[in-house]
Amino acid sequence: MGANEYTGPIPKPTPETQPYWDAAKQGKLLIQRCDDCARHYFYPRPLCPHCLSRNVAWVEACGRGKLLTYVISMRPGRSAPLPAPYVVAIVELEEGPRLMTNLVDVEPDPDKIACDMPVTVTFAAISDEVTLPRFRPVHE
Amino acid sequence: MSEPRNLRASAAIVGVAESDELGRLPHKSALAMHMEAAQSALADAGLRNSDVDAVFSSGRIMANEVPEYLGIRPRFIGGTLIGGCSFIAHVEHAMAAIHAGLCEVALITHGESGYSRVGMPATRWGDDSLNFQFELPYGTMGPATGYGLMARRHMHQFGTTSEQLAEVAVATRKWAALNPMAMYREPLSIDDVLNSKVISWPFHLLDCCLVTDGGGAVVVTSAARASDLPKKPVYVLGTGECVTHQMVSQMPSFDQWDAAIESGKRAFAMAGVRHADIDVAELYDAFTIVPMLALEALGFCKKGESGGFVAGQRTAPGGEFPMNTNGGGLSYTHTGMYGIYTIIEAVRQLRGECGERQVPDAKTAICHGTGGQWSAAATLIVSTDK
Repeated sequence: MGANEYTGPIPKPTPETQPYWDAAKQGKLLIQRCDDCARHYFYPRPLCPHCLSRNVAWVEACGRGKLLTYVISMRPGRSAPLPAPYVVAIVELEEGPRLMTNLVDVEPDPDKIACDMPVTVTFAAISDEVTLPRFRPVHE
Repeated sequence: MSEPRNLRASAAIVGVAESDELGRLPHKSALAMHMEAAQSALADAGLRNSDVDAVFSSGRIMANEVPEYLGIRPRFIGGTLIGGCSFIAHVEHAMAAIHAGLCEVALITHGESGYSRVGMPATRWGDDSLNFQFELPYGTMGPATGYGLMARRHMHQFGTTSEQLAEVAVATRKWAALNPMAMYREPLSIDDVLNSKVISWPFHLLDCCLVTDGGGAVVVTSAARASDLPKKPVYVLGTGECVTHQMVSQMPSFDQWDAAIESGKRAFAMAGVRHADIDVAELYDAFTIVPMLALEALGFCKKGESGGFVAGQRTAPGGEFPMNTNGGGLSYTHTGMYGIYTIIEAVRQLRGECGERQVPDAKTAICHGTGGQWSAAATLIVSTDK
């Protein structure tokens, strides 16, 4: 689906999340890492949620992870991000953090989608300003 | 030092009521249903609005609105909004405030025009909210997604089946058949559930709660004051609550319900009762998976074993484990924030007011709710015995 076909919600960044969205537009998945407790986290925040340190840095995630769980949404409509049925998924990144996403490039069939399967990031421009990270299966 | 255990049985629930009607009520606003339920619950308690010195409500933009509508000037105000279990948490907060001497008669009210949307506050996530940035663009439009994500993981990890989920819907419908206030009362089979439309796989339509309009109210006072009131007091033996996240993607675990593990542990510790002492369980059933994970989190069965626990209609009328005896959110009513109805039904069961659906000799009950998408949990253990 191209940007002009997307009718779902279009996020508006806050100052704290702007670098994440800028990077996504460049095809990079940014997460954050705490330089004090050495843990990664997501979603973007100016302080580490593990130890509240302000000593945090943006890092590019490797983009690989596993499909923790998913549902297959049958709900069509203007606020849907993709034509129904589509897969709403939670991915656990190799660095540890989890995020909500869509699993794409896969048949929306429970027999074809296994929890814990390896996935990798892909990017979809949904407007001139906003690009969404989504994930697709890794075929080994 | 003060400790939660000191609160045990210091307060009692002395009045409960629903709004005059439940269901699809385009002729009533949400606030009108707060009021109907409040008036009936106070009458049930033998009290007037002028006796009330604390009001707890949820789901409005400001907590000031309900007291004004009801003609009450509370000196203690609760507006905790953590989702459908808010009202269960309100009981804990009311008990603590009463114990501390800050108030004596607490009125907890709920009213929601969840289906007809009459007089409901306009609420949506702003375009720059966290939900709008990190979840909604992926089509997480409703709770069927957030609750379904846990159901799918449970099936993968523990072998839980769609048939086992359906057992909950079928058993709950059998209780609804015995409740004149329930919306859907005709019998349901496992096949009916499995053959109903898929909404958000693994959920079928009949795995999902109703969408209705209605209200409910609960009156809490000190154990001392309760003994002077007309109805048999239902003592609050134990309470617990916990919040672990807001967006479901930030949930700490996907193989167990952490918030409920904590709230349940606290409630049982305060109450000092064993699981075998619980005669009735009212466990918020937004979707069939929710009471199943509650059974695991609260310790009625082991992690991963709720599918086997609910099999064979164990939670149905006449079964070993009476659960959601009003017909639940699945078949009785689900206005949106269902939690208050777990309290109303538990109190009625313990007073012996439930007619055809009465659980014989019920003395002790547990109420448990979810808020948001597994985000919050609140637990209440109540009993006619101190």
